Amino acid sequence: MQFLPELTLLGASLIIFMVSLGKPDSNKMKTIAICLGSAIFVATIVSFNEKGILFYNSYKVDLYSQVFKSLIAGSFLIVLILGQKLKSIKSTVHPEYYLFMFVSVLGLMMLVSSVELLAIFIALELSSFAVYIMVPMRDEGGSYRFQMEAGIKYLLFGVTATGFMLFGMSYMFGLTGSTQLNVVMVKLSEMYTQPAAIIAIMMVLAGFFYKLALFPFHFWVPDVYEGASNETTAFIASVPKLAAVALLIRLISMVNAEGQTIVTILMVCAVLSMFYGNLSALVQTDIKRMLGFSGIAHAGFVLLGLLTFQLSGYANSIYYIIGYVVMNLACFLVICSISKNGENLLISDLSGLHKRAPILAVTMAIALFALAGIPPFVGFMGKFMLLTGALKQGYLLLVILAAINTAIAIFYYLSVVRITFCSDPEKSTSITSGFFTNATSLLLVFIIVIMGVVPQKFIDFASLAVQSIK
Amino acid sequence: MDQLLFNSDYPYILSTLIFLPLAGALILLFVQNEFFARYWALGVTTLTAILSIPLLTNFDTNSAKFQFVQQCSWVKSLNIQYVIGVDGISILLVMLTTLIMPLCVLASWSYIKTRVQTFMICLLIMETSMLGVFVALDFVLFYILWEAMLIPMYLLIGIWGGPRKIYASIKFFLYTLAGSIMLLVGIIWLYKTNNYSFFIPDMMWKNYSLTSQVYIFLAFFLAFAIKVPMFPFHTWLPAAHVEAPTAGSVILASVLLKMGTYGFLRFALPITPEATTIFMPYVLWLSVAGIIYGGFTALAQNDMKKLIAYSSVGHMGFVTLGIFVMNIEGVEGAILQMINHGVTTGALFLCVGMIYERTHSRELRSATGVGKYMPIYVTFLTFFSLSSFGFPGTNSFVGEFLILAGAFKYSTPLALAAIPGAVLAAAYMLRMLQKIVWGGTDNPDQSWLTDLNVREIVTLTPFLFFVFWIGLGPQPFINLMHTSVVNLLDQFHAHQGQVVTAAELIFH
Repeated sequence: MQFLPELTLLGASLIIFMVSLGKPDSNKMKTIAICLGSAIFVATIVSFNEKGILFYNSYKVDLYSQVFKSLIAGSFLIVLILGQKLKSIKSTVHPEYYLFMFVSVLGLMMLVSSVELLAIFIALELSSFAVYIMVPMRDEGGSYRFQMEAGIKYLLFGVTATGFMLFGMSYMFGLTGSTQLNVVMVKLSEMYTQPAAIIAIMMVLAGFFYKLALFPFHFWVPDVYEGASNETTAFIASVPKLAAVALLIRLISMVNAEGQTIVTILMVCAVLSMFYGNLSALVQTDIKRMLGFSGIAHAGFVLLGLLTFQLSGYANSIYYIIGYVVMNLACFLVICSISKNGENLLISDLSGLHKRAPILAVTMAIALFALAGIPPFVGFMGKFMLLTGALKQGYLLLVILAAINTAIAIFYYLSVVRITFCSDPEKSTSITSGFFTNATSLLLVFIIVIMGVVPQKFIDFASLAVQSIK
Repeated sequence: MDQLLFNSDYPYILSTLIFLPLAGALILLFVQNEFFARYWALGVTTLTAILSIPLLTNFDTNSAKFQFVQQCSWVKSLNIQYVIGVDGISILLVMLTTLIMPLCVLASWSYIKTRVQTFMICLLIMETSMLGVFVALDFVLFYILWEAMLIPMYLLIGIWGGPRKIYASIKFFLYTLAGSIMLLVGIIWLYKTNNYSFFIPDMMWKNYSLTSQVYIFLAFFLAFAIKVPMFPFHTWLPAAHVEAPTAGSVILASVLLKMGTYGFLRFALPITPEATTIFMPYVLWLSVAGIIYGGFTALAQNDMKKLIAYSSVGHMGFVTLGIFVMNIEGVEGAILQMINHGVTTGALFLCVGMIYERTHSRELRSATGVGKYMPIYVTFLTFFSLSSFGFPGTNSFVGEFLILAGAFKYSTPLALAAIPGAVLAAAYMLRMLQKIVWGGTDNPDQSWLTDLNVREIVTLTPFLFFVFWIGLGPQPFINLMHTSVVNLLDQFHAHQGQVVTAAELIFH
């Protein structure tokens, strides 16, 4: 039972592999994938309260990991639903595409449970390599091939980040003589003044900075977001970020707060991420690129909770990343539904959406207002809690800089809302969104509002999960 | 909790007022019928207005405490509460909001032709957040509603606005939001300093250090001065007013601008009294600058909406002048003038909207000489114009008189400097009036114009009623606020005494 979600995933991947041997039509494939995705989600819910340690102390199943597994499964299911048509993937490779997606999710699920350096490494690579292949699987009819460029970029930056991480792990092993996370961190805590320890920790964190797209490991974001198909981007922008935050919290929660150097470095990364992301997003015309840059800025906000080194701060970060994933998925749901043949969307393509597809327009507007941090949505509550937590620790300057960033960010979100709502359609192409899509978008909107209006339950739960790490 | 007064007869009255329009908006979401949407919005806003009347009849004018309080925990881990109540400072603003909303719906009856349901939803959500801002006693609740209000207002301007609606709506949004960002940081700082509580009455009259008070005051000032808007921060206002649909202009002028001055009274004065004392002279002279600037610019406008928008800058200058002279006449005059401005300017925007519906132009030139064909209309317009420049017997006279009396008490040069503003107001209003009623020899042909219909007369009459009621018998209004204002000023002067020396040390 403890390993049920992973086993289900593995089984699902095998089923898809079997199916891929035949010649399934894409409609049938879609149904199979969504059913399997739901089964995985159910499996994570069933094994929610499991606890235990597996595989020679390298794999820990606790409330924390189970919460994240169900979040990953849930957002994965939504990605499957919103990208159900896989418009820009050649229909002959649909089974393979799904196969890699499932394998990647398997890696991510293993990642949140790993408590040993090598297990972390393997899980991370498993999830990354599958995505490296998914990115260039886009079919653009031969007219342009920037999906190849995106794939190569993603691979090269990913490998570099992994290189950093492995190097850091070797330092950790050299300094402490163990690869067990709890042993490593306890021993490292005793030698915080030593540069070697700081370098080791920062390098290991770098691997997750890459997944979360934090400055200075953000370079892949805009091109990969643009080059990958809409569905792949939706996946990259949401699911791996959950796992990255999970692991970052696991690592950082074991660092004790005396590591002032690390706090300073994290602060600098947070502030630079916010400014870089928001300022670059201001001038984007491609909506996926804009969301990519905004993602960098949001990652900076997540860091704001981590660098408080308080349980409440970690809980706020979890709350925020959940909110971010929901808001982001809502945006991508709209993007995938509007894009006719899976082509990239310019912001101007959204013009007059309120007439063409009212429900999608409302979803988009609410998601963007929430991303911008306007109350009463989840984005505001998350930012507010993160700022409060940081100010409690006395980081006044950091809070002011973060607040200024909120003001900058408004502009580009607002200009998208403006085009969706305040302009009349140039092209009268109507958009048909199925019942399934509409229901999902309303569900996402509902979550965005509920999490923003009554955050207490969510925060309590996040704190409970964080406490189970120790 | 000794600042709160629970009213056992009406325990949920404020919550009802806040959430009734929201519930109405939610139901409208599922309606596709435009006629139903209009009647429904009218019904909901009227019901809210009727339900707000017990606030007046049961208000205890002898108490400076917050009344009709409702309190419960909202977000426990951050100690955020849902706590609401009214006192003498906010009750008139609450009443103004509830009473003006049905009239806004009426004014949009035929003006809004596209996407009527969405429009009505925006209006109803606006009402919820405006009422919430005036009664919120928890700083986070206040901030959430203060910001959330931007979304419907943005849509009101951005969707149903004039030709430059995009520019105006984005400018409005960015200005207000950027201004209130530092307010958020200030709120969190206050939370940390006040033992992790967002409860507003507990934050008042504390001895924060002077430096932090100065920073907090600056954060407050930026947020509220933009909302008022005070002189150097006013540029979003003409753009927003000109482009907004009539109902949007009315809400903006009558209620939204008051939030800035309300913010000064509710937060800046009680939370940072010492910093207020230090910055008082500067704010006063900025107010005077606003009065004169607004007057001169209004004089030069050919666009009626712009003219009234700039006159708003001048009128709001009077309000801030009254607040910051810190004596009983000034503050009471300021609060009264907030209501007066809401009534008079709101009505003037409605008048302009009615002309616009007929001629589809806001140009003064195309509206000249309508007096002959629209006698009822110009009668209304005349009374509102007279009221706007403070003609004796109308509401603004009482307000401006009190403010100037307070200003003379504080400093004669300051009051003398503000006097030209009153003269300018007469000049630009009479100019507009003369042109609209009579015009010149080159009037366009206006004979096809029809006079006001019953709906429009019904919309304007309540405004006229209040113009004369406040103008001739202001005492009931002043009674409502008197105790709270006296209490505010007593506490303020008690604190001021301790600081004057400190201020002198800094500036000499």
